[in-house]
Amino acid sequence: MTDTEQAAAPREDAAARTGPGLRRIRGIRGIREGLLWTGGLLLLALSVAVAVTIGPARISVADVWSAVASHLGAGESRLSPIRDGIIWNLRMPRTLLAAVCGAGLAVCGTVMQSLLRNPLADPFVLGVSSGASTGAVVVVVLGVGGGAVSLSAGAFIGALCSFALVMLLSHTLGGSTDRVVLSGVAAMQLFSALTSFVVMTAADAEQTRGVLFWLLGSLGGVGWSDVWICSAVLGVTLLVCLGHARTLDAFAFGQDAAATLGVHVGRTRIVLLCATALLTAALVSSAGAIGFVGLVLPHAARALTGSGHRRLLPVTALAGAVFLVWVDTLARTVLDPQEVPVGVVTALIGVPAFVLVLHRTRRTP
Amino acid sequence: MTRAVPGGLRADRVSREAGGRLILDGVSLAPPPGGTIGLIGPNGSGKSTLLRILAGVLAPDAGLVTLDDDPLTAVGRRTVARRVAVVDQHAVTQVELSVVDVVRLGRIPHRRAWSAPTAADERAVREALERTGLAERRDQSWHTLSGGERQRVQIARALAQQPRELLLDEPTNHLDIQHQLELLSLVTSLPLTAVVALHDLNLAAMFCDRIVVMNGGRVVAGGTPAEVITEELIADVYRVRAVVTPDGPRGRPSVRFRPGRP
Repeated sequence: MTDTEQAAAPREDAAARTGPGLRRIRGIRGIREGLLWTGGLLLLALSVAVAVTIGPARISVADVWSAVASHLGAGESRLSPIRDGIIWNLRMPRTLLAAVCGAGLAVCGTVMQSLLRNPLADPFVLGVSSGASTGAVVVVVLGVGGGAVSLSAGAFIGALCSFALVMLLSHTLGGSTDRVVLSGVAAMQLFSALTSFVVMTAADAEQTRGVLFWLLGSLGGVGWSDVWICSAVLGVTLLVCLGHARTLDAFAFGQDAAATLGVHVGRTRIVLLCATALLTAALVSSAGAIGFVGLVLPHAARALTGSGHRRLLPVTALAGAVFLVWVDTLARTVLDPQEVPVGVVTALIGVPAFVLVLHRTRRTP
Repeated sequence: MTRAVPGGLRADRVSREAGGRLILDGVSLAPPPGGTIGLIGPNGSGKSTLLRILAGVLAPDAGLVTLDDDPLTAVGRRTVARRVAVVDQHAVTQVELSVVDVVRLGRIPHRRAWSAPTAADERAVREALERTGLAERRDQSWHTLSGGERQRVQIARALAQQPRELLLDEPTNHLDIQHQLELLSLVTSLPLTAVVALHDLNLAAMFCDRIVVMNGGRVVAGGTPAEVITEELIADVYRVRAVVTPDGPRGRPSVRFRPGRP
């Protein structure tokens, strides 16, 4: 293409874009995508509303609606303070945090799998969850911080330490993607060993039970502050990842191929690893290490939408949110009054679902 | 599209070290616009390193790569990717992609963040598919394609980038003879400057306008196939005996190897 041709190209493109036929096709496609998103968000809202009604205290969707409306300043609540409290202070933050965790873990998993080109990568591949566990255990069992540092804060600090260690290790080892994964595995082993050591030597039975429950993932006892913090981090991370959607597509054939498609490989990797690690750290500090969502949901979503990240990322987020809302509802009701750690339920449901997805997308060698 | 562009993609005395060994030692390359340049030489002679440096994936330790007389490092990655496309010897992915998905990757340097593909993107993809004879297979899965078909899809992806320079690193390595000939015919028919690293001397002689011979990180010979591919050079560079006769297609040299040391 000569220089004059290149100068003419944008005008020609603009003319083609505004052609009536193409505009109509794009319009129809836009409406269809719009319907898909509206449908997905409605499904999520409905899931949250229905999940809040399920539990020992009998509550209807109308009650939920009334409580939410009154707290948002639209009308008086007709509910008793106890029922209002159950909805607004117990079940609502818990269900919303389940949605945020599901969405966040699924998005982090998708980004890790694409960026590290490893279908086994999940949000915890950088050792974030093991670091968080060590941080939590050090605070709860050893009493570091003298009560001024909460379990969540300890977990968050532990997660960041572990992530920093992984970044430092992988950088000194050459910085390629396989080095990142191997450094993550090493950090995971190290911090798991530290956690086990502290629990074995210093914890009493009650502490051990509490720590174990948290390690397996638990959304019990979360409050609105958890929801706000995690939602804010999720929002920012989702925006960063969507801004890199095109770039993530470029990694399909590896780093060099991405570089020849105009991607700044090093910069992209640092930005995305830091964003997803921060989100994972925030989620793990609030809800513990809920496994399997970040590993399986991206594969399921890919089977639905294909591998283009511009559509894949929002679909994965929605699917993860709806999935974890229902899994958490199951976890707190199935053995009522006892609660099952949500991580156990995600694995029990996730493994068969994973096998099914892999079976459906299997390829002939 | 084939009008001569002054400058183009050039390497000027580039060197690169790896593990304390000089793998590229002051190599210069100035492909004439629109032509097909063959890079030949034994394993480890620096062909792949030179191509990676030309593509801007690897930075030279010394020397300069220029695009239309501007240093490659000053041009910006995305701009380079809109001018220079690369096809490797063996593209591997775990991702579930269709043929058209792979070709669409070539539009990434032309798209902005947040933007949906434009009509111009779709047109470039369609043209690339038609040019490579893949229009009917656009929805076939990448993982069900043969090696030759995969390389053709990679060339279609490169064409979707709408480059003026195409760099190919042993693109025929994993292909049978029919597909080797098909692929190189396709590459030479394109209105682009192509730099192709090749192992097969007969293929290089048959398809390239000019041939550059590398050995031990240096350029040891350069010229038309007839000037470069000689019994002496093959003995010197590859350490094998060969008989070269001018009876290849269009009078190009044809190489037959003989057992034993030269």
